[in-house]
Amino acid sequence: MKHVLSVLVENKPGVLSRVTGLVSRRGFNIESLSVGPVEDPTMSRVTAVVDADDVAYEQITKQLHKLISVHKITDLTDDGAIERELVLFKVNASPERRNEIIEISNIFRGKIVDVGRNSLTIEATGDASKLQGLEDLFRAYGIKEIVRTGKIAMSRNAKD
Amino acid sequence: MTEKISSANDAFKSPAKRTAGSVGAPRGLGSRTEKQGQRMLGAEAVVASLEAEGVDTVFGYPGGQAIKIYDALYDSHQLNHVLARHEQGAVHMADGYARSTGKPGVAIVTSGPGATNTVTGIATAYMDSVPMVVITGQVPRAVIGTDSFQESDIVGITMPVVKHSFLLQSTDELTTTFREAFHIATTGRPGPVLIDIPSDLAGSEMVFEYPDEVNIPSYKPTYRGNAKQIRAACRLIEEAERPVLYVGGGCVISDASEEVVRLANLMRIPVVTTLMGKGAFPKSDPLNLGPVGMHGAKYSNLAMTEADLIIAAGARFSDRVTGKLDRFAPNAKVIHIDIDPAEIGKIREAQVPIVGDLKGVLQGLISQLEKDDAHPNTQTWLAEIDQWRDRFPIYHPGLKDAEDEIVPERVMMELSRQLDPASSIVVTEVGQHQMWAHQFIDREKPRTFLSSGGLGTMGFGFPAAVGAAIANPGAQVVCIAGDGSFQMNSQEMATAAINGVPVKVLIMDNRCLGMVHQWQKLFYDERYSQTLLEPNPDFVKLADAYGWEGKRIMHPDEVEGAIAEMLASEKPYLLDVAISREQNVYPMVAPGSALDDIMGAIDVAVGAVRTDMPASAVPQTSPCATIDAQFGGRWEAQPGDTGERMSAEEFQAEKEGAR
Repeated sequence: MKHVLSVLVENKPGVLSRVTGLVSRRGFNIESLSVGPVEDPTMSRVTAVVDADDVAYEQITKQLHKLISVHKITDLTDDGAIERELVLFKVNASPERRNEIIEISNIFRGKIVDVGRNSLTIEATGDASKLQGLEDLFRAYGIKEIVRTGKIAMSRNAKD
Repeated sequence: MTEKISSANDAFKSPAKRTAGSVGAPRGLGSRTEKQGQRMLGAEAVVASLEAEGVDTVFGYPGGQAIKIYDALYDSHQLNHVLARHEQGAVHMADGYARSTGKPGVAIVTSGPGATNTVTGIATAYMDSVPMVVITGQVPRAVIGTDSFQESDIVGITMPVVKHSFLLQSTDELTTTFREAFHIATTGRPGPVLIDIPSDLAGSEMVFEYPDEVNIPSYKPTYRGNAKQIRAACRLIEEAERPVLYVGGGCVISDASEEVVRLANLMRIPVVTTLMGKGAFPKSDPLNLGPVGMHGAKYSNLAMTEADLIIAAGARFSDRVTGKLDRFAPNAKVIHIDIDPAEIGKIREAQVPIVGDLKGVLQGLISQLEKDDAHPNTQTWLAEIDQWRDRFPIYHPGLKDAEDEIVPERVMMELSRQLDPASSIVVTEVGQHQMWAHQFIDREKPRTFLSSGGLGTMGFGFPAAVGAAIANPGAQVVCIAGDGSFQMNSQEMATAAINGVPVKVLIMDNRCLGMVHQWQKLFYDERYSQTLLEPNPDFVKLADAYGWEGKRIMHPDEVEGAIAEMLASEKPYLLDVAISREQNVYPMVAPGSALDDIMGAIDVAVGAVRTDMPASAVPQTSPCATIDAQFGGRWEAQPGDTGERMSAEEFQAEKEGAR
């Protein structure tokens, strides 16, 4: 099953490589990855989605804990955490169909960030199912390009 | 070799007692060195840091980007630098130094090829949890990433095989980096730590301020075992009727031999040892069942399989021990004690996991068992094991071996007989000879049997023996090698000769890569692809070329005298022992087989013969197949025996006729 791992690491060169190297070395594929600094500038947070059974997942987290650069690992898989991705869609849009696309985008609270002669670029955020729904609708018009960030996640209520 | 080294020897004789507060603290003066507060170059601070950590010996090889560090080393009175002949040799020497003393080994090399040559040595230390600090020179910061001369990304290359690594970014971080490196290398589950030092930093001025404390918030290994878990473990031990104490390298690292002996004898629990755990439990104790696993004795493997409780003490259920996992100890509950939480449940689920330092956990177990007034419950179990032990001995003098051939098992037993099992140090290379040594060399004390267990590095043993001999002057250090392994780092003969290290090398010379040859014989239809080394160099002449003593023996009668002569020599000595290449290591659990599916164990119930020989171990074409099977394929081994062979039927008929 898919696990969302939130890993707090020291903000130093090479640390991302230590984390991702370890996961792939133990035989797992990282499906999504995002990294960025947190409230403490000496730290970064790596959010990774890996597909692993429970035993394997436990082994990954134990091995990650052994990295000196890793401070804390939180499993955000089951506790209804807030999950977000950001996607940019460049959709085929002849002038007569623009309004339809903008309407769809509005329903999904997307933002038009660029308009071309025959295309629209829409920015959308949300969880995976919402963005999938949007993508399915845009397919009807023809999608020129999709760019998406990795998943970021945060627990709903502060536990500490 | 001067006083510096004899202080290393004292440490070996009485290993420093660790207390919770002292774990990971500098072994040397730390901030109290006279260099504290002085202005110096980065390179001088590297040397001063090593001195502050109490390092007495470093192994290494200079080069362009390490030249400033070597220049600073020239002035050090404390550091004895041993110049290897190859960087891999230097790292293995540091490893042998560390394994034989428990102190961190230190190696210094240059950038680029110097650094990449250390990779195998670092990986070897990583797999066997050896504390080590490797210092690599790096090109100046300004040209990192430009493919400059002798540049390699050694931090990137070694990332999967180090406990931690540092690329030094500023001289401000130099001393804290060294303190952290030594702390990380020696605490928790020990391991190699790499420090990459750009040469411009080595040439920059700085003020030397060595810290005594480290503060690594993300690194806090658990030393104390959970008291509730210890009580739960005691309940299992008290209830168990067929327990086995499975002792691994963690017992050596944690200095827990005494506790293992006390626990085993308190509850009368039989003990099996892994390759890494050899020596942690004395051979002379009747509870010692010896090696377990692929080439373990049949009785040890049966004990593991039939156990109702396995107490894994600093062991990690390696595939060489467990065999086929779903048939490994099917009825056993498991108490798993390890300082590394990632080992627990990795291979085998543990009913009672205990994360902590083995020594303390075992002390906790013993005092709890004593408080409970627990009594051993294992008489029937031990009697059963004794029956197996009598019936399936690991060797039998009645085994029919060719009379004019040297039998490897007997060489090992003779060497073991002539060595002091408590004070001598035996180091092995990797292969058949390693397994024979594991089976037949008796050890009474930890840190007296050094072998590359996890990575299985051919070429490790000889340089490690040199390192161990330098760390323990006066100790008899013998490297048991194969002719293949020895040739992987034989250049270090120069290091031994020049430094006056009287290391002994006994080569079990079968002129082939014996272990692979054995597998090819057993499982690959005797297709000996690229395992024949003939003609080998004349090892005696090689010894002579390096200023060693040397001798070659080919007949069984020479073994006793030759070993005595080797051990008596005050110089480095190479003894080349010619054995047949048809000799296989038995008993053997074929890879992927269950631990009780054992081939080639001796069964005295049917005579002094090896039983359950694999069909393909014997040439199907041979008319003497059944006889060869009885003698472990050894008749085939007689090089002179090319004559006509009798069929099994003919043999049977003749035997009956003779009656």
